[in-house]
Amino acid sequence: MQEKTNIFYGIDWILIIMYILLVGFGWANIYAATYSETNLTIVNTSTIYGKQLIWILLSMPLILLVLFINTKSFERFGSILYLVSILSLIGLFFFGKEINGAKSWYSFGGMSLQPSEFAKVFTALALAKLLSDRKYNLNLVKNQIKAFIIIFLPTALIGVYDPGSALVFFSFFFALNREGLTLKYLIFSTIAIILFLLTIAFGVKIVLTSALIILTFGVVYIFYRNKNYFRFNWFKVIMLYVVSSIFILGINYTYNNLLKQHHRDRFEILLGLKTDIKRIGYNTDQSIQTISSGGLLGKGFLQGDKTRGRFVPEQETDYIFSVVGEEWGFLGSSLVIFLFAALILRVINLSEKHPNKFGRIYGYGVASILFFHLIVNVGMVIGILPTIGIPLPFFSYGGSSLWGFTILLFIFIKIDANKRYDL
Amino acid sequence: MQRKYLLYFLLAFVSFVFIARLFYLQIIVGADYDPVNNTSSIKVEFDYPERGFIYDRNGKLLVANQLSYDVMVTPDDVKELDTLEFCSLLKIDKEDFKKRFKRAENYASYLPSVFLKQLAKEDYAYLQEKLHKFEGFFIQKRVIRDYPIKSAANILGYIGEVNSEVAKNDPYYQPGELQGKKGVEKQYEEVLRGVKGKKYFQRNRLNKIMGSYKNGMYDTLAKSGKDLTLTIDSDLQQYGEFLMKGKRGGIVAIEPSTGEILALITAPNYDPNMMVGRKRSPNSVKLFGDTINKPMYDRGLQATYAPGSPFKLINALIGLQEGVIDQQSYFYCYNGFRYGKRKHEFMGCHCEIYGKPIRLHTAIAKSCNSYFANTYKKIVEKSENSSEGLTKWSDHVKSFGLGNYLGYDLPDGKKGLIPNGKYYDDWYRYRWNASTNISNAIGQGEVLTTPIQLANVTAAIANRGYYYTPHIVRKIENQKIDDSNYTTPKKTTIDSTFFEPVINGMREVFRTGTANWTRIKDIEIAGKTGTAENFIRKNGKKIQLPDHSILVAFAPKDNPKIALAVFIENGGYGSNIAAPISSLLIEKYLKGTVERKWIEKMMVEKNLYSVYNQVNQNPEEINAGEN
Repeated sequence: MQEKTNIFYGIDWILIIMYILLVGFGWANIYAATYSETNLTIVNTSTIYGKQLIWILLSMPLILLVLFINTKSFERFGSILYLVSILSLIGLFFFGKEINGAKSWYSFGGMSLQPSEFAKVFTALALAKLLSDRKYNLNLVKNQIKAFIIIFLPTALIGVYDPGSALVFFSFFFALNREGLTLKYLIFSTIAIILFLLTIAFGVKIVLTSALIILTFGVVYIFYRNKNYFRFNWFKVIMLYVVSSIFILGINYTYNNLLKQHHRDRFEILLGLKTDIKRIGYNTDQSIQTISSGGLLGKGFLQGDKTRGRFVPEQETDYIFSVVGEEWGFLGSSLVIFLFAALILRVINLSEKHPNKFGRIYGYGVASILFFHLIVNVGMVIGILPTIGIPLPFFSYGGSSLWGFTILLFIFIKIDANKRYDL
Repeated sequence: MQRKYLLYFLLAFVSFVFIARLFYLQIIVGADYDPVNNTSSIKVEFDYPERGFIYDRNGKLLVANQLSYDVMVTPDDVKELDTLEFCSLLKIDKEDFKKRFKRAENYASYLPSVFLKQLAKEDYAYLQEKLHKFEGFFIQKRVIRDYPIKSAANILGYIGEVNSEVAKNDPYYQPGELQGKKGVEKQYEEVLRGVKGKKYFQRNRLNKIMGSYKNGMYDTLAKSGKDLTLTIDSDLQQYGEFLMKGKRGGIVAIEPSTGEILALITAPNYDPNMMVGRKRSPNSVKLFGDTINKPMYDRGLQATYAPGSPFKLINALIGLQEGVIDQQSYFYCYNGFRYGKRKHEFMGCHCEIYGKPIRLHTAIAKSCNSYFANTYKKIVEKSENSSEGLTKWSDHVKSFGLGNYLGYDLPDGKKGLIPNGKYYDDWYRYRWNASTNISNAIGQGEVLTTPIQLANVTAAIANRGYYYTPHIVRKIENQKIDDSNYTTPKKTTIDSTFFEPVINGMREVFRTGTANWTRIKDIEIAGKTGTAENFIRKNGKKIQLPDHSILVAFAPKDNPKIALAVFIENGGYGSNIAAPISSLLIEKYLKGTVERKWIEKMMVEKNLYSVYNQVNQNPEEINAGEN
């Protein structure tokens, strides 16, 4: 079937409007976070807001390029693009430029690009390509491993320098789950996370003992209900305890010996074991105060005294949401949350309607990545999740991040626009 | 397919949690957010107004201001510094430096607090030049008090640094700021202090000032404090303090026609300048630590004594009002009054009029105990039962302002005690009669009053039936006070016609009675001496101490200008010390000078400390009867 030559044909304008709103409002907040009263020109490449404006303007040809590409090409070249991005990540070890202690950038003349921001897009494409294969059955362990490898490769490569960004790749679990991956993985990882937090919070001995007590009560209870249940299951019960004990001890060892102090601090501050507003906790503490000071309606655009005083470090990048909180108040920040939720919901709905498995899986990947970024970033800024520095999509300052998310979203828009031709 | 709902569910859940958290932060926590104060992004600079001056009723300056320099610190702003040099500049050692710095940090590391108080002037000049080297430290000029006259410390009170609780809870005060702590300074704090001005500056997280905050829309100007004119006559006050040397006790003088307190003397007292300046802290330890002399205790306001004989005047008035006696009724006295059959149930009397009828006039002049015991008995027994009768009596007494706070404008005071029927019902389980508490007739027993209360009673008698609530402030910034509490008369329950016979008896006290040796030519004084028994308990034993010497008086008898009450602890007979002191004070106030230098000399030289030392050390050996 032939595609229409009009590149705007069939695209979802609602998504486009949401995109424009988020990017526009995001830029307004970057402006508020970085303007100075002595220098009021808007297009000024020496300022942060000026640079971001250029990135926004440059993303337009990028959007047109994405919309111009044949939908089939994404499917066809997905794997190749994935490989290229893996190579670019490996290349960082040799040619990467170090910024803030992380060798995550390629520098071209005046601008720097962060390949990890683009790796998400191509991993999503590669995964969609793999899972949409007619012969692919996710119930086979062999196939599960294939999917895991696709996700694991970039995760590992990025994780070396930037563990926060690497975490994002776990969000592909949602896409896998949608395609039928058993929930056991989710349950196991949830239990693992709970055990992890409990061990840090209460110490090995208490957790081990209470696990034993709970298990004993469980066994007694089940035995009471059904005397025959354990005839063949004693081994499983004991193994369950042994495995979880080893896991808990492993956590304890990893946490105390392998993690660095600043990692430990983040968890301990979050769990309320440590109050230290001077160093690690400073960002979160300032960010919470800044957001609280916004009240219901906020102090108004450019009126935030804490933003003006730059009290929250990195307020134009990872902590941009604190600027929203201070200047636009509860109404403004709730609206941003709603806008993101609406965008993600729209992407999920369109994916569900997509007749093609490739489109659906890719859409799920897009929704999951955006959702994950929203949770981790906003959760950190409002002080309910530990400090993990990843950007807020479309809002945070940074060209790679903006371009990465733009390409991510617009490939989906393009795939969605052409759904009727793929039948 | 069920699986697609997982993401929907999570999306809804996360959005809900985020918005709930934002609601908590911005609506609930944010409600307490003060846009300009106590926030690290805005720096507040204060402009301290000058505290109001205090004058006496004749315009004499009592309290003025002087400058003082405090070293302040904002711990967050402090960079690495040469501690050694800094310490030597401030003349403190390194340990002290650490301690002071820690204290400032504990308060709030981003707010300024006092590092070192009240620098010497020469240190200030030197430090001023060097201070730029020590970021985070600055000098704050502050106004402290100056007392040109070393008198009336108990009235004026003092100012001191706000305590940390006030600094936290009262939004007006910052730590290290000064606040009235006692006396007029405390009572009239808000009038005297004025309102400090504020300037707001935007600053960044490195604490650098970026300019004025919102072009100064929140800035306020300082309003200077208002001057106070007290009702005190400084000359009289100083003279009273001079006469009270070597004694303990309280004197209160009131102008009956206005309720203005002319003098409020407590002894021992202290020089108000002791509570100012760098020596303040050791001085304050010394003054508050003296639990024997209690110089910080205002005996004029806070000491409760048995009023003794002056209380007979009230009983006479109540007797007349209730109709149980009149000017002609008489009682007999046989060296005392027998109120029960048992041997000890007898009240002695020193009137020395044996077996002859005694009438009101003589009874007051000679202070006859038997007369007033009979009167009291009749008052209580007039009602159906003693409890009712006593309560009626008690209501009359309380109408003179006794048994409760008077409502004057000073922060210290005591209620005293005037018992009513219920008091004895509870105490004796209803088995009592007028004889049980007959001592109330002569101002011993359960009744307790403070000197200012008794002075007020005297003023009420001088006014023939009403009084104005005593007060210490006459004018605020040259505006006469118009608080109705002080400008409307309070009526007693006694008709004005009954006062004249009592006052005539009081006149006799200074003519032919107990105080006649202290009378003044051409000033007619009406008064009543008192000698109050008092006891302490030591090792469970009740020990009688030398009597308190008491006198109440007003003068002139007609058109009274001054009413006063004098209490001298353990001074013996009222006529011995209290009477001459009252007489001298009246002469001083009405005539301006004292001609009877011999009495003055006698009083100044009268030193009771040998008695006090004995009372404090071995009261058992005191023979209370002799002094």
